[in-house]
Amino acid sequence: MFYREAGQFKTSYEKDQALFPIRQDKIGLGVILLIAFVVIPLTANDFFLASIMIPFLVFSLAAIGLNVLTGFCGQLSLGTGAFMGVGAYAAYKLTTIFPDVNVILLVLTSGIFSAIVGAIFGLPSLRIKGLYLAVTTLAAQFFLEWCFIRIGWLYNYNASGAIEIPTREMLGVVISGAEATPLARYFVVLSITVVIAFLISNVLRGRIGRSWMMIRDMDIAAELMGIRPLQTKLMAFAVSSYICGVAGAMMVFFWLNAAEPSSYSITLSFQILFMVILGGLGSVGGAFMGAAFIWILPIVLRAIPSMLGVDIGAETVEHLAFMVIGALIIFFLIVEPHGFARLWQIAKQKLRVWPFPY
Amino acid sequence: MKHLKTWSFAAALAVGVTAVGIAPQPVQAQDSNYVPLLTYRTGPFAGSGIFIANGMNDYLQMLNERDGGIGGVPIEIEECETSYNAQKGVECYESTKGKGALVYNPYSTGITLQLIPKASVDKIPVLSVGYGLSAAAIGNVFPWVFNAPTTYWDGASVVVKYIGEQEGGMENLQGKKIGYIFLDAGFGREPIPLLEQLAETYGFELLQYPVPVAQMQSQSSQWLNVRRDRPDYMVMWGWGAMNPTAIKEAAKIRFPMEKFIGVWWSAGEDDAGAAGQDAAGYKAMNFSGVGTDFPAIQDIKTYLVDTGKTQTDEEMLGTTLYNRGVLNSVIIAEGIRTAQELTGKKVINGEDMRMGLEALNLTEERLAELGLSGFSYPIQITCEDHAGSHPVFIQEWDGERFVKISDWIEPMSDVVRPLLEAAAADYSEKNAPWPERSEACAQ
Repeated sequence: MFYREAGQFKTSYEKDQALFPIRQDKIGLGVILLIAFVVIPLTANDFFLASIMIPFLVFSLAAIGLNVLTGFCGQLSLGTGAFMGVGAYAAYKLTTIFPDVNVILLVLTSGIFSAIVGAIFGLPSLRIKGLYLAVTTLAAQFFLEWCFIRIGWLYNYNASGAIEIPTREMLGVVISGAEATPLARYFVVLSITVVIAFLISNVLRGRIGRSWMMIRDMDIAAELMGIRPLQTKLMAFAVSSYICGVAGAMMVFFWLNAAEPSSYSITLSFQILFMVILGGLGSVGGAFMGAAFIWILPIVLRAIPSMLGVDIGAETVEHLAFMVIGALIIFFLIVEPHGFARLWQIAKQKLRVWPFPY
Repeated sequence: MKHLKTWSFAAALAVGVTAVGIAPQPVQAQDSNYVPLLTYRTGPFAGSGIFIANGMNDYLQMLNERDGGIGGVPIEIEECETSYNAQKGVECYESTKGKGALVYNPYSTGITLQLIPKASVDKIPVLSVGYGLSAAAIGNVFPWVFNAPTTYWDGASVVVKYIGEQEGGMENLQGKKIGYIFLDAGFGREPIPLLEQLAETYGFELLQYPVPVAQMQSQSSQWLNVRRDRPDYMVMWGWGAMNPTAIKEAAKIRFPMEKFIGVWWSAGEDDAGAAGQDAAGYKAMNFSGVGTDFPAIQDIKTYLVDTGKTQTDEEMLGTTLYNRGVLNSVIIAEGIRTAQELTGKKVINGEDMRMGLEALNLTEERLAELGLSGFSYPIQITCEDHAGSHPVFIQEWDGERFVKISDWIEPMSDVVRPLLEAAAADYSEKNAPWPERSEACAQ
């Protein structure tokens, strides 16, 4: 009744090809952005901003990055954590070499280093596919992690072996380091995530995105139709790694404040991969939903016992959360193997015919 | 299936809505002193973490049961599970700091490093008992961080000193080979600069055997190298599952156990016990008493274990890591007490706690009053020195239990202190603008 595009006529090709062709979608997105930029900053407390929203946005961006590669181009990668690490260490080195340059600019630049590294490790993708490619990206993961541990220059020879983020300002507001307020960090992370998500959504539905999808669906057919596999795959690797690198740099600059190499371990790669699979391969919106499921749900589950006033040990809560989430993952993947994005689509279809389904 | 999908979508939506609806935590009612404990009873390091968690929890809870808290005000204890994971550690910190937290004990070098810069901003001190950043002992650079009773660098110098004693004098270290096997993370790499300097001074060769976290349960390649290199002594900086594996591997290659010395985090009964009799002779440094022959530990037994108010088994009482947790809580409790005396307030905040910890003076008499005579070397923290004690002793595994075999050994402070100062200066320079100390010295 409410969600129906009847009566919305498109009179030009631009309108027909818009990112959100249906008016209700535009309104919905506007409301979400309004909540994110106005309502949450006005109402949320520091814990909600610093421990829920900032990590959620960082993981969403990383999941978008991996989605470009795995969801849209069909190249399975287990090196996401390492590519995020490259972004983080690059941004750290840049800010120590150029302390006066705006840190947001450096975070965005650091993605380029990650893109280069990603493209190099993407070279084998021309010859191998699927699980075999996963193994070579796994090699990237271990090799890069080894670099973060062994190459002292990367962490400025700190005795602790970790990178520690210095205080940096923008327009008189502290945005990184311990003194930065969660609100300032939230705005930075939100802006970067929204801008990159918007840009990549446009790339994905254009020529480049379509060529990635052709490679994913059938690489031989794509090649016959004039898509060059090497360039296309490498571009997917580069773009994906760029986004992951920016997410990794944001992770340490605006969320954790310090990072050991183990912060970018294989565990992180799997975490992001699960977000992509649960959210839905090949969907930008799904990346957000997957990130919410993997990051926010455990926090909510852990908060429930104390909200209900039940007194059980912290480790029991942890175990319970583990079990519930494991069960939910299995449940959702049985119900809808294509992830939350597909569920959302089904829901939209149902809304269209509501309240008179046929 | 159709309904299932609708239903699951509704469920997902409901979860999303609850997530948005997490209400801001109410500020704690101010009739207690709130101490959050970041512990890990799950994850790869739970084997060590459970002992520490129980020890910390039990001593504070015992004070509540026996004395009604400290200075008549109960201590509110809340555990937050970190799984030794830096992300969860920060989440725990954020979720508890608003409730009036007095002090944080992260029990992970990674989490400690993340909290150090936040401590001065949020005005909540960080207490890392014998771990974390060694340079934090320099109180004038790190007014909000305490690493009593000792630092890794002190510990490393004690090991070298002890080996020198065994060899009949430091000059006999010339030409010796000392192997250093360590967890390849911030924790294990901390003492390397000091060991390298000592190697240069005394002319011994330092052989390094890093153990990556992912491989800490399969160390055969490292020990194969040990067998090839034949070091005269082995020193270990391990934690969690790395310790029992290393001791078992050492036994397997028949490395002489009496020449194998671990840091105080490799001093657990479970670590050495994994190899049983084969591990007899294994040594470890320690700074907290072993055994249950302390009135305070007996009180824990009477008030908590016998009444079933704790998760601790009776066998766990008095073990090395359990007692370490108890010592941690003794420092917290005495810090609170000192702060109460200094400020005259019963319910204190993080800033008072910082003053209390900085003025902490745990003398032998005070330890005896607490029922912990000889449990620890006297700890006197000053504004300049946030480690406060430094000496450690060596204990030996006799096949069934650890036995103290040496006196308290003083570290080589003349070597360590300048290095600590240089490291602190280096840290503040790299993290510029690092805040200058503005907190007045209470002494």
